Amino acid sequence: MTHANEPLTALDTLPKAIETDPGIPDELRNNVYTSKVAAVVNWARKNSFFQYPFVTACCGMEFMSAAASHYDIARFGAEVPRFTPRQADVLFVVGTVTHKNAPILKRVYDQMCDPKWVVAFGVCASTGGFYDNYATVPGIDHIVPVDVYIPGCPPRPEQVMDAILYLQEKVQRQAANLR
Amino acid sequence: MSQQVLDQIVKRFSDSVLSTHAHRGDETVVLHRNALVAVVQFLRDDPQMAFNFCVDITAVDLSAMPDYVGPRFEVVYHFHSLSHKHRIRLKVPLEEADLELDSLSHLYGGANWFEREVWDMFGVRFRNSPDHRRILLYEEFVGHPLRKDYPQRGYQPLIDMPTLPRPDEELPPLASEDL
Repeated sequence: MTHANEPLTALDTLPKAIETDPGIPDELRNNVYTSKVAAVVNWARKNSFFQYPFVTACCGMEFMSAAASHYDIARFGAEVPRFTPRQADVLFVVGTVTHKNAPILKRVYDQMCDPKWVVAFGVCASTGGFYDNYATVPGIDHIVPVDVYIPGCPPRPEQVMDAILYLQEKVQRQAANLR
Repeated sequence: MSQQVLDQIVKRFSDSVLSTHAHRGDETVVLHRNALVAVVQFLRDDPQMAFNFCVDITAVDLSAMPDYVGPRFEVVYHFHSLSHKHRIRLKVPLEEADLELDSLSHLYGGANWFEREVWDMFGVRFRNSPDHRRILLYEEFVGHPLRKDYPQRGYQPLIDMPTLPRPDEELPPLASEDL
């Protein structure tokens, strides 16, 4: 994965065979793109994340700040929250997850349709944070697979946007599972 | 501030008061458990006392205190009078072998949730409680985690978490030591 300082744009990731292929007639040049299905599907997916915010704790405040108009994650196509996991493809786990609500998180994740991704928002979701005790799950990756971890207590909005960019890169590079 | 409350309790319930102390305006009465309901009834109903607010009920496990001999647990009550603006603290020592105490739920409706928390965390039983379930932890939880002999990482997961560290695993070194 390249660093987020050098983000991939949509066109960068689409193959440019059309520009170099001498067999393409002139009238098609600049009018037709050829690509791989995976590249196009992933390009569409990564620019239209539908998030499910699983908000359990104080990080929720920072999540609201990052998601609202001031920081405007609509720029990344990730602004629409769905309040049923069946309509979402990114699970944002925002806050501390205890053993008491671990089964709920697992169930929410299981209800999401493929393809789906998980973001651990904040240090508690990532590792349990400073709640090193009997009640807290030391990181949600003991329950569900995590794609991007955002450290911080709470994370700054810049980190959230960075995470969305990382996730976009990850989605662009994965195999398109067309089921 | 509530020295006269303390004096009144000592005067009326001298047989049941084990000791008293006051530190910078925090007056405390250590009571025998058999007198608890009578004392609290007096504190609530006497017009000079008028303690209409049960601020908090909690407990202390003293077993880890150095050089301490005496009953292992103390149940601690805080009361406040909104009209007289005075406060009082009651402490009731309890032996580990006989962790039972009268409920105050019939005097203060809110006492029930505090008592459920004390039961949940310390395992103190409250006689005549209208509802004696755990309040924070789940039904399946075994033991009472704020007792000093409960392991810090005594996880009791509700779902299968094969990667969860065992309670006896060594704590990772603190990051600050590396700096």
